[in-house]
Amino acid sequence: MSKLQKLSREKIAWRAAQEFKNGMVINLGVGIPTYASIFVPKDKEVIFQSENGILGVGPLAKDGEENLNLVNASQQKVTTVKGACFFDCVESFAMLRGGHIDLAMLGAFEVSQKGDLANWTLERTDVPPAVGGVMDIVAGAKEIWVLMEHCTKDGLPRLVEQCSYALTAQSVVKRIFTDLAVLRVTEEGFLVEESLADLDFDTLQAKTGAVLRKSPHWKPLEVPDIKQDNLQV
Amino acid sequence: MRFRAPGRLFDCQKYGVFSLINKKLESAYEAVVDIDDGATVLVSGFGDPGMPFGLVDALIEKGVKEITLVTNNTGTGYKGIAALLQAGLVKKVICCYPRRVGSVVFEELYRKNKVELELVPHGTLCERLRAGVAGIEGFYTPTSVGTNLAEGKELRVINGRQCVLELPLKGEFAFIRAHKADIWGNVIYEASARNMGPVMAGAAKISICEVDEIVELGELSPEQIVTPGIYIDRVVEA
Repeated sequence: MSKLQKLSREKIAWRAAQEFKNGMVINLGVGIPTYASIFVPKDKEVIFQSENGILGVGPLAKDGEENLNLVNASQQKVTTVKGACFFDCVESFAMLRGGHIDLAMLGAFEVSQKGDLANWTLERTDVPPAVGGVMDIVAGAKEIWVLMEHCTKDGLPRLVEQCSYALTAQSVVKRIFTDLAVLRVTEEGFLVEESLADLDFDTLQAKTGAVLRKSPHWKPLEVPDIKQDNLQV
Repeated sequence: MRFRAPGRLFDCQKYGVFSLINKKLESAYEAVVDIDDGATVLVSGFGDPGMPFGLVDALIEKGVKEITLVTNNTGTGYKGIAALLQAGLVKKVICCYPRRVGSVVFEELYRKNKVELELVPHGTLCERLRAGVAGIEGFYTPTSVGTNLAEGKELRVINGRQCVLELPLKGEFAFIRAHKADIWGNVIYEASARNMGPVMAGAAKISICEVDEIVELGELSPEQIVTPGIYIDRVVEA
């Protein structure tokens, strides 16, 4: 049996980016979501918001062209697109909390079958907890999608009945893109809309900590090869 | 007077405007010299952009102790807020993200239980400061409901949504980093360095702004001013 070819982090981001709708205003969390900005489909235009105070975040700044005062929320030196604007953090979180942002894409430690999100603390006592803006973002963005690996490095499921880590928010996650599948959180729990063609459903279920249902519209999860030179995140 | 340079003659060649109000001070040390031990100090910045390094260094030089620091992050490496923490001058930090790569000083103090931490979600931190600016004595927000950051807080259902009560946050002093200010304390910022500056400026009794350049009255268009001078008491050049 050949080894299962899981999606790379870039490919997870590519798959999620195909779901962007024209005109969406999107906040991208750290981790896999940052890659989504380079895979915006050619026929769509979206606006990226960064919670430190930018609407219209462009690609990363090239070497030698950085502005030390122009960074995204992850402190990467970025550029702005034509039409961009700056504002302070109060305005930024009014946008986020007030329901003006169409989509927030986040990483996570765990998502429960009810859409509970755990992504801010592993509750270690040796490092200080840090929350940043994520609790405000998930309280107000119109949709929350999670992009993450299906299992931890130790092979434990991240999609679970009930989160074991401290919650970021209850019942907020709508869609999940993993290296194995595309899922939706429904009233009846996780619905698998797509999964890798050479991964049988029982194996996917075994890698998941809650009951999965297969959508009647199930499709194989297919992502084209991504050229390495496009990966300038 | 909240500012301590009334009537100081300012170079007014360009526009020929003479003003008896002049908030410009000659040094960062002069601007922080009346800060006493135990003060609550709001410090702008989201990472390095917006961080008033000169004012923080002056606070270290003065050796103000038992500070309660309200800030976004806890500094990286050994400069700015990290240096202030390392000097042992901070009693408590009210902050949303004290764990950036390189926040070694804070992590060490936290592990040794030598600094108190009040962790506040970023949007709630902003809004608590804004309530402090605006004379709002509390507000209800859905942020943090159902998490351990809402523990012990009053809950209330408003419009069908569970919310927590949050209270205003104010300081004795605020340190702001901006691009330009005029001598009346009108301020403009650069790019994403604006971040916490505008709200912190209004949330403190005395706000000190460190800028790249102090300009004459009339140089900044009234249309472009981001922080009105009413919120700024002292300006110094970086």
